[in-house]
Amino acid sequence: MTLLMMTVNGQAQHLDVPESRTLAQFLRLDLGLTGTKIGCEEAECGICTVLVDGTPVNSCIYPAFKAQGRHIQTIEGLADGETLHPLQREFIRHGAVQCGFCTPGLIMTASALLTENPEPGVEDIKHALKDTYCRCTGYTSVIQAIQSAARDQHGAEPLPVNEPEVDEPMDVISRSVSPQQVVEKVTGKALYTDDITFPGMLFARTLRSPLPHARIRSIHTEQAKKVPGVQAVLTHADVPGENLHGLVYRDWPVLCQDVVRYVGDAVAIVAAESEEIAAEALALIEVDYEPLTVVGDPKFAHSPEAPVLHPNHPTGNLLKHIKVRHGDIEQGFAEADVIIEREYHTPTTEHAFLEPECAIGVPAGFPDHEKLTVYVGSQIPYQDRNQIARAMGLEEEQVRVIGTLIGGGFGGKEDIAGQIHVSMLATVTGRPVKMLYTRQESLIFHPKRHATIIRIKTGAKRDGRLTAVEAELYGDGGAYASLSDKVMTRATTHATGPYYVPHAKIDCYAMYTNNVPSGAFRGFGVTQSAFAVEQNMDQIAAALQIDPIELRRINAQKVGVTTATGQLLRESVGLLETIDDVTRDMRSHHPAPQFQWAWREGHKAFAWGIACAYKNTGLGGGAPDKSEAEVEAYEDGSVQVRTAAADMGQGIAHVVAQCAAEELHIPYDRVRVLLCDTDLTPNGGPTTASRQTFMTGNAARLAASALRDALAQSVAEMFDVPPEQIRYEEGLLRYNGSTVSVGEVVQWMKSNGLEARTRHEYWAPPTQPLGSGGDMHFAFSYATQAALVEVDLETGEILVRKVLSSTDIGRAINPLMLQGQIEGGIVMALGNCLTEQFIIEDGVPWTRLLARYKMPSIKHAPEIVSRLVEHRAAEGPYGAKGVGEIPSINTTPAICNAIYNATGVRVYAIPVDQDALLRAMKAQQDAITTAWSDVR
Amino acid sequence: MKLWNHYHTPQTVDEALALLRQYAGQARIVAGGTDLLIEGRAEQHPPHEALVDITSIPELVTIQQDGDWLVIGAGVTHAQIVKSALVQQAAACLVESCGVVGGPQVRNVATLGGNVAHALPAGDGTVSLVALDAQAEVILNGERRWLPIQDLYLGPAKSRLDPSRDLLLRFRLSRATSGQASAFNRVMRPQGVALPVLGCATWVQLNAERTHYVSARICIAPVGPTPSRAVVAEAVLAGQPVSEDTLRSAVAAAQESLHPRTSKYRATHEYRHELIAVLLRRTLTTAVERACTPAAV
Repeated sequence: MTLLMMTVNGQAQHLDVPESRTLAQFLRLDLGLTGTKIGCEEAECGICTVLVDGTPVNSCIYPAFKAQGRHIQTIEGLADGETLHPLQREFIRHGAVQCGFCTPGLIMTASALLTENPEPGVEDIKHALKDTYCRCTGYTSVIQAIQSAARDQHGAEPLPVNEPEVDEPMDVISRSVSPQQVVEKVTGKALYTDDITFPGMLFARTLRSPLPHARIRSIHTEQAKKVPGVQAVLTHADVPGENLHGLVYRDWPVLCQDVVRYVGDAVAIVAAESEEIAAEALALIEVDYEPLTVVGDPKFAHSPEAPVLHPNHPTGNLLKHIKVRHGDIEQGFAEADVIIEREYHTPTTEHAFLEPECAIGVPAGFPDHEKLTVYVGSQIPYQDRNQIARAMGLEEEQVRVIGTLIGGGFGGKEDIAGQIHVSMLATVTGRPVKMLYTRQESLIFHPKRHATIIRIKTGAKRDGRLTAVEAELYGDGGAYASLSDKVMTRATTHATGPYYVPHAKIDCYAMYTNNVPSGAFRGFGVTQSAFAVEQNMDQIAAALQIDPIELRRINAQKVGVTTATGQLLRESVGLLETIDDVTRDMRSHHPAPQFQWAWREGHKAFAWGIACAYKNTGLGGGAPDKSEAEVEAYEDGSVQVRTAAADMGQGIAHVVAQCAAEELHIPYDRVRVLLCDTDLTPNGGPTTASRQTFMTGNAARLAASALRDALAQSVAEMFDVPPEQIRYEEGLLRYNGSTVSVGEVVQWMKSNGLEARTRHEYWAPPTQPLGSGGDMHFAFSYATQAALVEVDLETGEILVRKVLSSTDIGRAINPLMLQGQIEGGIVMALGNCLTEQFIIEDGVPWTRLLARYKMPSIKHAPEIVSRLVEHRAAEGPYGAKGVGEIPSINTTPAICNAIYNATGVRVYAIPVDQDALLRAMKAQQDAITTAWSDVR
Repeated sequence: MKLWNHYHTPQTVDEALALLRQYAGQARIVAGGTDLLIEGRAEQHPPHEALVDITSIPELVTIQQDGDWLVIGAGVTHAQIVKSALVQQAAACLVESCGVVGGPQVRNVATLGGNVAHALPAGDGTVSLVALDAQAEVILNGERRWLPIQDLYLGPAKSRLDPSRDLLLRFRLSRATSGQASAFNRVMRPQGVALPVLGCATWVQLNAERTHYVSARICIAPVGPTPSRAVVAEAVLAGQPVSEDTLRSAVAAAQESLHPRTSKYRATHEYRHELIAVLLRRTLTTAVERACTPAAV
């Protein structure tokens, strides 16, 4: 311990701390300033940015003692008391805050920029924030917020908010209210799991398999247990209940017993007085492995030579064969005048949510914790509870899961991470236990987007009408099933694209391999199939010499069309309008009066590319889909909505609050929301499949409308007036010319023994399983996007300059935050196309550092123009359907179509390799079939 | 995970050397730490016993003129270089190369000395220093002396300096005179590690009339295990008229004489071969333009 002195947010600090501290650790652990977040500890993501003597640095690798005697400013020191800094205010106003985990880093980096350059242009902002990542917003709103704050700071009018136009806004619905807890997020007060501590808390680490496939001969933990400060070392033998978990198939060991199936499989867990001690103990656990044949790719997995990875699975390594059969495929191709058959490859990709997984287990009987409690930022708290209970040998009611704020999820926080492990360790030690994954551990551990091989054959008549689609998909499911079954089903059923296709035959093979498991990731399989479908569409258009927009118009799904799974579309199919919007915008954003798809300026080639998409809302496929919410009014006139639906930044919290406020005719700021506490909030179901606005939005809406009726009934009794004469006005109930407040009604109800509380369990319209020919889904969202790319003909470098988008989402509950979903989805999909790949070599991940996984930075962010089409879904809350995934599906093929239009080179594998592109252009080849990972 | 046990911030060179001696090989010199500490994270090796941070030693963190030399302390950050009027005047390519390293947070702590000590053959700062024919002042085996910058490189990520014993103190380069100018450019890929696919720094000296090249220095990297000069192309330029033909000959000579490798997940040799032409053309054109502007000294 050595004395460290510095000034932090204007306060002198003198503390004895270990010299090994980083500045971020000093701030978080020694000073309790948890507003500074740690995302990677590699100086890569920039979210830990603080100012040292006014200069932004990455505090995660900045030695604390390097800051000896200096002035530090953190997010907590930015506001002037209760008055927010202009950046904080403008980030809120422009909707630049979603999950909020990167927000402190963005704001601190921007604050240094504004000090140096009070009127930054877009390029200045991109330069300054190049290495401060945000995975949610897509940066457009961030740039807008910073420019607005700059104006505000020097006395100019802040910029107007760039809200999309919407139809028929109501009192609260279709209004851009601020998200819940947004002030906490911009001031650093918001608590994520790692920001929470308990007295006597232990720190846990996991020993993971270094081999992709091996038999475990023995595990010896004796040496590890002897390390002073180690409180528990547990293995498979210590799992009290069933040593398996899994969302669809229970095939994933809590702790591996006889075999490990991927690099990262958990073998042992340690709880110790500090994270360092736990790490030291891990190194002393001896595991004797016998390496086994590695199943490194899905095609090998399907071959008879491959070892069977899950002997109990009835179809061996074939996790699931998914089939779509529609019409007569032979007839379809016989009718075709042109047939295009191509093979596409998509890689494994990583969510890279900026908050690594963290869970805290608190044992039953710990102060204020009656039962075993797990704090975790999870997308599916009730399923966590179920899986914890099974593994712990407990009843579900003996376990409580409390959802914390989530620093991004995107599908990557659906599976169990440390929830069961901390339950075991907390129970054994009788102390709270925190397990925070390092970024590097998070990278190798959690399920990814499926790598796929997609062969697709499309037939069309001379007039442009599609006649048939035949496709074969291989999906790399990795070591455990996770959501592979569902994800690859979605890839399969969406493999016709959003078009009328009379004949289809689609086969998908989801395979077990020894790669990192694959699971849910925004777009859920459809992102992969759209890459193939939409490029085949452009090739059909070229072959028929039909404009690619026209080809899509000819075939676009509309009301009255039957999909390839046999679903008659009866309503809310806004695809044609989205095509029209984007076509119009493409022409108005074109730099010349005469539109052309491609042109050249010097050594730069420019071109537009277009692609369409659709995506189901809700689980569908016959799965029972329900959500429950509870609404309660209080004596002070406020209302609370309670439901276990996860808000990972996408904003379900404000959606349910808006529904409640609308129904109860009260101001939005009178509604509070409690999410994800399995003891206090009813089950909202999984936060997946773009379902929460539809499902839990409906549950909250209907619970609130029941409460409104109950309040009116009480007023009727209080004042002896007929309920139909009672009107709601701004938090008041009006009757016979008098008014009474909601709070007063609640007081009356309580004094009369009535509860001002209602619950509603909302059941989605029933759906049918694939193959039954009925409605597989109760709603679809639609989108069209155009991308303008610039290709450097000398270097092959690709820049996406603009993305124009139009999305049919039924209704925008919150237009500004919905636009944030679209912008964020587009930029994430741009990464899918151009920058991202999680590389695994024979089962061994190469991408073990965030420094090896580039996601789009602000430098990549294109200008985005997004429009909304609101074809109401009759069952949706106020007509809304899902938006979470639809924007991240067609950006990739739009960019690839643009690259083809610019260069004449068709891209069959992503992420696009500029090296291969340049070589193809030089050699006058019209295709690249290799990706970046093939450069070796 | 702990990356070091003890952290020292000596105020003088002697103090730093004394610390290194005291830890007898168990201490490491550190400046910004952006390479060293991330490497520690990546390789998960045990923590360094001690880090000796040289950025509190005044003479190592300043940029100054010394007669005909421009002297840059090894602990000078990339951000300092980018903002320095002295460097802008003497070495535009160094400003350009230091301006593209990392993001602002990294440039605010990462140092030019660290870039060189890390010994990557295509470190952006390195490429420009080689084209500028810079020298480095070091304490090597206890002896203080000036060495040509290239002498510090033994192989990829292998420096002649032992970070537990030796010190990199300062760099010096000739101040630009009339008709001299430089330029840097590089090509990255948006995937994988943030190392350049190819970088190129070019320095030219034109005659008084600005019609002919007097001499040129070119560093294109990586084309070998250590940074090197494209001497064949340089020779093609010397004494020749400033023209498209000369440029074309220099480009051809560079492409013919340099043999970049394919590096996994970064670039194929064919791609790099193409980029040699692109980057040399671009930097040479810019450097000549700069040398011809009246403002150029």
